[in-house]
Amino acid sequence: MIDEPTRRRDEGALRALVPRVLAGLVRRGEDFDAAEDALQEALLEALRVWPEHPPRDPRAWLATVATRRLVDARRSEAARHGREEATYAEPRPAATEEGDDTLFLLFCCCHPDLTPASQVALTLRAVGGLTTREIAGAFYVPEATMAQRISRAKRALQGRRLDQPGDLAVVLRVLYLVYTAGHAGRVDLAGEAIRLARQLTLATEEPEARGLLALMLLNHARLPARLDPEGRIVTLDRQDRGLWDTREIGEGVRVLQSALAVQRPGRYQVEAAIAALHDDAASAGETDWPQILAWYDDLVALTDDPVRQDPAAVLGRAVAVGHVLGAAAGLRETDRLRDVIGERHRWHAVRGHLHELGGDLPAAATAYAEAGRRATNVAERDHLVRQAARARAAGPCRNGRLTERPP
Amino acid sequence: MPKYLLLKHYRGGPAPHRPVPPMDQWAPEDVEAHMAFLKHVSELLEENGEYVDAQALTPARAWVRYGGPDAAPVTTDGPLPETSDLVAGWYMIDVESHERAVELAAYVSSEPGPGGEPLYEWIDVREVMSGAPSATDPA
Repeated sequence: MIDEPTRRRDEGALRALVPRVLAGLVRRGEDFDAAEDALQEALLEALRVWPEHPPRDPRAWLATVATRRLVDARRSEAARHGREEATYAEPRPAATEEGDDTLFLLFCCCHPDLTPASQVALTLRAVGGLTTREIAGAFYVPEATMAQRISRAKRALQGRRLDQPGDLAVVLRVLYLVYTAGHAGRVDLAGEAIRLARQLTLATEEPEARGLLALMLLNHARLPARLDPEGRIVTLDRQDRGLWDTREIGEGVRVLQSALAVQRPGRYQVEAAIAALHDDAASAGETDWPQILAWYDDLVALTDDPVRQDPAAVLGRAVAVGHVLGAAAGLRETDRLRDVIGERHRWHAVRGHLHELGGDLPAAATAYAEAGRRATNVAERDHLVRQAARARAAGPCRNGRLTERPP
Repeated sequence: MPKYLLLKHYRGGPAPHRPVPPMDQWAPEDVEAHMAFLKHVSELLEENGEYVDAQALTPARAWVRYGGPDAAPVTTDGPLPETSDLVAGWYMIDVESHERAVELAAYVSSEPGPGGEPLYEWIDVREVMSGAPSATDPA
């Protein structure tokens, strides 16, 4: 019997090899789709064979087995077409660095022609080394659906030139999508995104890559305090800060500082700086709101028309304005967003928070209730209904008796 | 074993047995008790081996139909009459019998409302048609 921690460690080591082996195959001229399939088969074979017969060089073993699968596939293809067997090259010893391989594959998987859902799925499989079943589980879709999504994405890549440098901005967006996709589920997508972002920072000097890693770390550090034992959302101002992961905060701050030192700011660095200021406050009351507001000023200055192009930044800034200049000023800032995101739950939730900050509890209760009606997530919906009930119960206008009317 | 959907509604169905205000106007402890009960129902169904699925729907709704050749889809705009039926979510259960489905629906309906009193909410019980043909010949 192999114990669980050993199995997990072995799988982790195995998955870390995936991008290196796959990149080697694709660089050699193999078709991305076929190479990825062959490597998946080799991985399954490895999980079966390695416990009994561990290879001396796991990476070479995977490359050899995957190549053999490719040759087999090509032979049967050739037989089907009645053609001569295609020639193939023996695997060359890889001369490239690990970081280059990761970056190369991320550019393949995050090809701008693919939809975001496909980019995410392909990245998790080809770079993250997750199985289709694991990816399907993480996104709560049937395995067959995810398999189809992945094979369509790979087909879309056929014939595309994969030797050009890709768009790093797309890669960063895809990794952030993976991060925000969830901390729940059978697969820890947030942890996976951090692992991939860490690999990416080894491959590029671009400060935004480090900004993204810092943002994830500084955010992830608060995860243990974000839900109470009943699964209820705990807002930042009420979190038990003793539960925050100080090691992750430390790493996040160091990564952020090294990115900021390059002096080429971008949105991930700025958002990481804001997260760092929250993480740095020993209590909610000690939050350095003036400095957070200054960073939000930088954030909204990154786009020409922030209200339309980056309403989330304007909304975040409105909260900071509320804390620095007063609730009324914050609410005025949210007014500018009414036409753009006035139907989104977050807009109403922020207004509820600002009304509460200003002491207007009946208005806060109404705004939270409006937010709850627009929420698209059960935990957030429940949280907003609780906030509404709490504000109404504490409000001065409560008449003590509930009006009886149909729901 | 037959599968049933236990549908909860935002509105529609028979007249409420006990009219109550929206939940954001309940006392906070009543909200907590209600949510704890719903969590308990899911756990109970899982423990019993009767749970298939549970989902909640947002109240936003659009009716859509084919617009005809070369025409955009036709959608309703604006809110629908307050009297129209609006599903809020469901439990899908896999149970021994129709009687068991009714028993579970009644239990869901006993969820606590304002003042901790049961809500007496109407639950819409629907049997799911099985996809696979029966293993035996039809009689």
